[in-house]
This record gives sequence, C-alpha cells and structure tokens, in this order.
Amino acid sequence: MSKQNKAKKPSMAGLTKCPTGIQGLDEITGGGLPQGRPTLVCGSAGCGKTVLAMEFLLRGALQYNEPGVFICFEETLEDLTKNFSSLGFDLNDLIARKKLAIDYVRMERSEIEETGEFDLEGLFIRLELAINSVKAKRVVLDTVEGLFAGFTNESILRAELRRLFRWLKEKGVTAIITGEQGEKTLTRYGLEEYVADCVITLAHGSTEQVATRRMRIVKYRGSLHGTNDYPFLIDEQGISILPVTSLGLDNAASIEKIPTGIPRLDTMFSGNGYYRGSSILVSGTAGSGKTSMIAEFINAACRRGERCLFFIFEESPAQIIRNMRSIGIDLEPWVKKGLLRFHAARPSLYGLEMHLVTIHKQIKEFSPGVVAIDPISNLVNIGTITETKSMLTRLVDFLKTGLITGIFTNLSHGDSLEETDMGVSSLMDTWLLLRDIEINGERNRALYVLKSRGMKHSNQVRELVLTDKGVDLKDVYIGAAGVLTGSARLSQEAREKAEAMVRKQGLDLKQRELERKRRILDAQIAAMRTEFESEEDKLKKTISEEKLSEKVTEQDRVDMGKLRRADK
Amino acid sequence: MKTDKTAVKKTRKTEPKEEMWLLRLYVAGQTPKSLLAFANLEKICKEHLAGKYEIEVIDLLKNPQLAKGDQILAMPTLVRKLPEPVKKIVGDLSNTVKVLVGLDLRPRRLE
Repeated sequence: MSKQNKAKKPSMAGLTKCPTGIQGLDEITGGGLPQGRPTLVCGSAGCGKTVLAMEFLLRGALQYNEPGVFICFEETLEDLTKNFSSLGFDLNDLIARKKLAIDYVRMERSEIEETGEFDLEGLFIRLELAINSVKAKRVVLDTVEGLFAGFTNESILRAELRRLFRWLKEKGVTAIITGEQGEKTLTRYGLEEYVADCVITLAHGSTEQVATRRMRIVKYRGSLHGTNDYPFLIDEQGISILPVTSLGLDNAASIEKIPTGIPRLDTMFSGNGYYRGSSILVSGTAGSGKTSMIAEFINAACRRGERCLFFIFEESPAQIIRNMRSIGIDLEPWVKKGLLRFHAARPSLYGLEMHLVTIHKQIKEFSPGVVAIDPISNLVNIGTITETKSMLTRLVDFLKTGLITGIFTNLSHGDSLEETDMGVSSLMDTWLLLRDIEINGERNRALYVLKSRGMKHSNQVRELVLTDKGVDLKDVYIGAAGVLTGSARLSQEAREKAEAMVRKQGLDLKQRELERKRRILDAQIAAMRTEFESEEDKLKKTISEEKLSEKVTEQDRVDMGKLRRADK
Repeated sequence: MKTDKTAVKKTRKTEPKEEMWLLRLYVAGQTPKSLLAFANLEKICKEHLAGKYEIEVIDLLKNPQLAKGDQILAMPTLVRKLPEPVKKIVGDLSNTVKVLVGLDLRPRRLE
C-alpha cells in the first residue's frame, strides 16, 4: 500500500517523478515514473504493455505538454493508429501537431547478413532525429526485444542496449521499455539487467472464468511504492487502475439523517432514519422483502428530489418497477423525471474491476445522493471472496467520500443468517436482517435491526408486511407459543380487541351504577331538605306568632296601664 | 519491402553479369569501422563487380532522416539497391564470404 498519498513532495532528494496521467498509476507509484530514467514494463502477450506505454506518451503530450516519441518494432503506423483510435486517441492529429513522433523500425532476418563488427548507431540516429523533431521528453520502445529477432550477435546487441539506456538517461527523457515475459526471467532476453530503475509487470489471468488484469510494481529504485497486485482494466479511455486512494479512512461523517421510507422504521431508529452517507445492509433469505425495502427508501429519496442510482444484478428494471407497483410503490414517474436511474447487468458479464469502474463512471456522471445495489451476494461468483471484499471495500469508501448513502442487499442462507459470505458486515453502518418466521403452518416476515452505528435503535422484532400501500411494520406479539406473526397475530389482535371491549363495557356499567347512586343520594337529600324547609317554615311561623302575641300582650298592658292612670 | 519502380527484371540466382549494381553504404561519420567497411567494399567490388558498380556513401550524421527510408539500424550497413531484391548487409564487411553471399554474388572460384 502506497504511503506516498499524503506526501506530494519527492520522497528523496533528487528523485523527481514523471506523472503518467494514467488513472491510479500515479497513486501507486507515489507520483509517477522516475523522471529521466527508463522503466521496464513486462508481461505476456496481450497484457496491455503497448496500451500503457502509448497512454503514457499521449497523456504526456495532451495533459503535461511533454511531447513524446514512440519507436515501434512490431506494428506499422497504420495498425497503431487504428488500434488507438479504438481507445479514443487520434494519433494523426497529434503527429500533425508535433506532439508525437512515431518511428517504425522493421528488420527481417532474411534481409540482413552480419558480416563483421557493427553497432546500432542507426537506431540511435533515428531516435535522436525523432526526439529532436518534437523536442520529446518521453520515449517508448515497444518492444526492444524485436532487435533480438533481427540480429544474431547477442553480445553486440547487449552492449548496444546498455549504451542505449545510458544514452536515454543522458538525454534526460523518461522512457518506457516494453518486454515480453520470459520463462524464468522477467523478460525473455533479460532486459531487466539494464533497466534497473523501475520495473512493472502486467499479468492477465482468469478467475472463475472471468478475466482480470493485474499490475505489480516489482521494483522502484529510490522510492516507496505500492507492492501489491493491483487489478486494472482497459476501457474506452485507456487504462484505469482502480482507486486505491480512498483507503485512507479519513472521510467526514454527516449528522444529517434521511428517512428510510417506512415511518415505523424511522421511529425504530430513534427518530429520523439513517445517517446520510452511511452504508446500509439489508440481508435476508429469498423472498424476504429486501428489494421492497430498497424501493421504499428510493421512493422517499426521490420524493425529496434526490437523485438515486439503482444497480441491479438479478432482475431487469422493468421487472422491478412492475414488482414494486404491486405493493403500491410506483418508481416509474421518478425514472421519467430523471431522478432515478437503473443500471442492470449480470455479474458474469464482466469482471469485478469492470463493475467497479462502471459504478464509478455512473456515479460521476449522475451525481446521485443515494446508490442502491441489489444484490451484492452474487458478486462472489465472479471472483474470490477476498477480491469481492476488496472491491466492496473500495466501493463503500468511494461512496462515503462523496457522502453518498449506499444501501445494499445480501442474500443470506438459512443457517448463517448473521454472517455474510464476504464478511462485509463490518463495512456497513446499519444492518437490517429480514427473516422468515414459520409458525402454525405459515411463514411471515420479520425485521430485526442488528446494528446501527452511532444511534440508538430499537431492539424489538417487527413484522414486515407488504401491503398495497407499501411496506409496513407491525408489532409482533410474544405469546405462549412464542413470537406470533401473521394470522396468529391477527387472532391475537382480535382477542385483545374483544377483551378491551369487554373491559370497556364493564367500566361503562360501573359508571352508570355510580350515576344512579348519586341520583338516589341527590333525591334523598332533596327530600330531606324539603322536609327541613317545611319544618323551618312551621318553626318560623310559630316564632313570629309568639312574637306577635307577646307584642299584643305588651301593648295590652300598656294600654291598660294608660287607661288605669287616666281614671285616677 | 520497398518496391522499386524501375523496370529491371529480377536477377536470377546465378551470373548477374549484365546489370548495373547500385550499392549504398550507410555510415555514421568517419569512424574506424566505416573506413574499414568502405575499404572492404571497394576491394570486393573491384574483384567481383569490375566496371559495373556504383557505390554511394551516405553519412547519417549529416542526413539522419535517410535512415528511415531504408530502415537502417546497424552501422555500417550496406544496401544493395540494384539489382533487386534489396539486400542489407550489416557490419564492417570483413567477412568476405558472407558479404558475397549476402550480395548474392558467387565468387568466381567457388561454383
């Protein structure tokens, strides 16, 4: 693994590097090829040596303004032009603009008779001419072993080769020498003795019937470099070595949350859903509703106006749209609006690296906020487990760097539900497990939240129901017979409803009873009060009568007194 | 292979005595090898091609672009331009037998 990513300055004093412009190569070499020195690129036929060398020159001319010279010992100029136009490079235009000079060196053994001492000064002269004609800084010799085919005197050849490489160094050009792979040595004729500064090998292998290309930096004098086998591929834009940059694990973490599309699930995640930029794994056995969950998530995202990219490895887009419509999720309007894009391919269509490149390209073009991949489990069919895991690691890293939320489905097998084939659960921030529960002769789906990094989540099992209006989560009952789902749940619900009703009725009754008693009490109180009032009246009357009679008596006495006095 | 537009008929493998021989010697400056090659060439021509040869000496240091045309790699190289087919002989021409075989000139002594 290259440790040069963070340090962009030369690793040692005086070792400058020549950037190649080839995607990924500059990263693993820590800046490019050694400047002013020859680099050996070897590999068997068809590995991509010529493509690598050509791309080095072309990008040098186009991107770094360093013209180049291509000395070709194998193909004619017309063939080269044709081959490279298929990669999108127009050689004739570059030659016309004096950014590139191509010289085709041909020799046929039958024509040549060696009669004494000779040297290869002719080659030097031609090379010098070509370099001076475009003021080249980069040179490619493809493949220098062609010389061995033409001349028999190996000792002269080797001496001249040594002289050639010294001459190239003196000229200060960065050169790529290509060579065929040898049986026991790196190259058939042992060129690696002379080109000792940097050696890169390319290999073309086949894993599980899918072809993969690999590159390895065997030696890089004076520099740290990535030492592993790096898979790469050649597509319409040249060579891409797949991104090793993002293995630095320094991506930012967002605290924004986005809804899952299923409101009940949002609440299971203590509020608002998944973290933006996180990776979500939905695993489950066949038919457990994984794709439906993705569809709900995508639906919610599109509704918010976010773009979604959906990679399908098992079904066609039309099939998914039809299936999701049956549960009430209509994805077609989003496709029409350009918010949702499908990309479907069988895994065995190309190798893992090609899939990764395709995904990268689509993401770069479309800039989605959400990427869904359904499923990731059949990618193991096209590579070994380690390779698949490596590819998925890089993919997840790439998504996280771009703060793109990734949701993946994985087909798990009955007995190993809490593992994934590739051990990728450690890459995932959230893991939802869908499981079938079989009871009373029926199977129902249950959802478990196995983990969710960074937020509280419910540990309750929920039943997943696919209704006409989408995915719904219902509570599950723990009854005497265990977890109850499906019809058992329905009957339990009915029973509870009935019980509730009965209780309610009981309460009503009691309430009415109480009312009645109060009324009786009230009536009694009213009666007593009436009685009391009548008593009160009587008493008051009596008192007033008494008072009156007292007054009358008093008056009488006064009157009588008055009368008696008057008479005296 | 370059095709010449001359109307010279193809040489038979024996007794090429009637046509004019055009020989071109490519050298890279006045090095000991090139001087030796020239000397050897003159000697062979005088011996086997008396009177019907023409030697052209091309110094690639002065005219580097001419190397491409005849696909010259090694130095010195002798190219038999006429009669056809074009033949190339590489080296300082010290090995006379090989030169003769290369030029397709049977020496008068060996039949």
